[in-house]
Amino acid sequence: MTTGRPLHLAAEIGGPPRYEPDHYLGLARLAEGGALDYVTLGDSFARPGPDALSVLARIAPVTDRIGLVPTVDTTHTEPFHVSSAVATLDWVSRGRAGWTADVSTTEAVARLFGRRTTAPAEALWREAGEAADAGARLWDSWEDDAEIRDTATGRFIDRKKVHHIDFEGEAFSVRGPAIVPRPPQGRPVTVIDGTTAPARAVAARHADVVHIRATSPEQAAAARADVHRLAAAHGRSARELRVLVALAVDLGDAETAPEPGLESGPPLAGHGTYFRGGPVDLAELISQWYRAGAADGFHLTPITPARDLERIVNGTVALLQHRSLFRTFHPGHTLREHLGLARPASRYALARTAGERR
Amino acid sequence: MHLAAHFPGVNSTTVWSDPRSGSQIDFASFEYLARTAERGKFDFFFLAEGLRLREYDGRVHDLDVVGRPESLTVLNALAAVTDRLGLAATVNATFNEPYELARRLATLDHLSGGRAAWNVVTSSDAFTGENFRRGGFLDRSDRYTRAAEFVSTARELWDSWTPDGMPRPVAHHGTHFDVSGEFTVPRSPQGHPVVIQAGDSDEGREFAASAADVIFTRHGTLEAGRAFWADVKGRLATYGRGPDDLKIMPGVTVVVADTDAEAQQYAAEIRRLQVSPQNAILTLEQVWGRDLSGYDPDGPFPDIDPEPDSGFAQGRVRVADPFAVAAKWRALSEEKGLSIRETVIESATRQSFVGSPETVAAGLTAFVDQKAADGFILVPHLTPGGLDDFVDRVVPLLQERGAFRSEYTGSTLRAHLGLAEPVWKG
Repeated sequence: MTTGRPLHLAAEIGGPPRYEPDHYLGLARLAEGGALDYVTLGDSFARPGPDALSVLARIAPVTDRIGLVPTVDTTHTEPFHVSSAVATLDWVSRGRAGWTADVSTTEAVARLFGRRTTAPAEALWREAGEAADAGARLWDSWEDDAEIRDTATGRFIDRKKVHHIDFEGEAFSVRGPAIVPRPPQGRPVTVIDGTTAPARAVAARHADVVHIRATSPEQAAAARADVHRLAAAHGRSARELRVLVALAVDLGDAETAPEPGLESGPPLAGHGTYFRGGPVDLAELISQWYRAGAADGFHLTPITPARDLERIVNGTVALLQHRSLFRTFHPGHTLREHLGLARPASRYALARTAGERR
Repeated sequence: MHLAAHFPGVNSTTVWSDPRSGSQIDFASFEYLARTAERGKFDFFFLAEGLRLREYDGRVHDLDVVGRPESLTVLNALAAVTDRLGLAATVNATFNEPYELARRLATLDHLSGGRAAWNVVTSSDAFTGENFRRGGFLDRSDRYTRAAEFVSTARELWDSWTPDGMPRPVAHHGTHFDVSGEFTVPRSPQGHPVVIQAGDSDEGREFAASAADVIFTRHGTLEAGRAFWADVKGRLATYGRGPDDLKIMPGVTVVVADTDAEAQQYAAEIRRLQVSPQNAILTLEQVWGRDLSGYDPDGPFPDIDPEPDSGFAQGRVRVADPFAVAAKWRALSEEKGLSIRETVIESATRQSFVGSPETVAAGLTAFVDQKAADGFILVPHLTPGGLDDFVDRVVPLLQERGAFRSEYTGSTLRAHLGLAEPVWKG
């Protein structure tokens, strides 16, 4: 190993629409068996299929360690509701929740709501950034020890430790505090696909995990460096971020396909670069890119989830584990622990204690 | 008889100072209470909603349980650890949009195998609105026209797939909503999730008669229940509905002990715990609309007048006529020689059914037999064990009498409630 940093692996479990929870549970348990960091479930209001956050909440109590990361629209939703739902996913999964913040750019989705027309991507992503910012403030708005249950004074909470956030953005305002007490991870993990420039700017500022697309390790390394540079401008260090290469994978029918490799065309728009080959070839690619320092890990989207995820876990992941490039079990319980990301302190707790010291 | 369990949390009946009181937020609490309700063959499990923490004089209220999870997310998780229990979420029709909510409710119905319910509430509260894009608020009549159009729009979306599984475009152009396009979730196991309406106002009753499957009410006495029954069931015919199409389920509290006398004693203890000295003063402040922190809860009533509309107590149900309430409480205090706290306990708290298991079972059965209710939503005072006594001691008696099911006979909430699947209006 050349980097000394652990490799992170995640997988998408969406695909053709399914409405039975056992379908999703089977895939999540498969990923959990491979000790993957998290599963994602892509979503949009125009995509046939069930609400992704609900699906992952449905399987939370019957999985143990795997991180659960639904896509959530920030264009047509209320930031206050979104932050409550994601925090609740963290409570019901005991610290395994994340969310992929995304925007709706089409008129077709706007007409399903009928309260606004669509806007340029820059504006939608600025709004997504505000939603992420307001959400993080709401998650911080209860300090960890706000609940005191002090029978002597009759006080259930210490109100000094529950804060209004008074968020004023361009697109909305939120007074706060949160209804949901601070979730187990402090802040659930925020994931953003940083492929486009406006999304990357927001990701660098607000995301814990950034997905990027690349067709070569050099390109990936450059994108990762770009994310780090943008993050630094907001006072964030590379240690606070994970950058994962997004790959759509088709592991085909054979153990090793005749001509493995990446395709430059976009057969699956939106799912990153398209890899075709066998599980061993994929392990080879991940090893090479990772050793070259191109990324912190990979987010794999199997094009046929039931078939390809099984091959990823039992073929690719098993080989990476055999080579000691990837762990064989989850050493911690929370998604932040899997990702090696610190549990953040509440900004309001820090401000209050700083104020008290003065 | 139909039975439902309310998760005790953010309200003044929950006694958090009891050593048996557990977490109001850990999933284990929800799982425990839901499993208990399912063990008791209850129709459904009911979650309230919070959209803004209650405040007094600009400060967060700190004397009752504070903080709760988001309902639909918890219910989806509970669907994994229960098999038959209905799962009812309170979701506000003022601060949500039909497309998104219809999708989330249809998802819950699919993922739970047909056990979803939606308790429709509305808000006219600018205070709550400060957490949302909409900002502002709607006046009382607009709240209900929006809610009614919200429910009918959701139903258009739920009906938009043909029974053989083909999506058809929806085009709703109404006063409050303009929704067009294709719904992305096929018709769910119940056709439409069960719709519950909470509230006793005239507009609320009319809305329930037109659109709801269950009405969640509060009425203390058998007489009040009978009057409510006659009124609400009488409104159904206007909408082409029969008396069995809307179930009346009052929220009730139950205190059970070995004997009636012990239960009465336990009930008095609970009432005392519900009204701490601090809570007694705060209850008074709600009526008086001013700071009364200088008064002794064990002393006499303040001799100053209420200041209505002071905005002192926000995020709480408004007291309709503070002067009348203040006068009534003063009179009660003088007549019986009660302190502030004793007066609040005497007038503001009351358990609905108190006694031995036999007494409670008989009381509940009388309400149903005499057409004062179709069933009850139990509001326990403890999290999460507050239903144990009822399920272990009262439910078996109700079952022996044939007043309540011994086994689930269907798998969906509509089946438990004896409600027909809605006719597809494609």
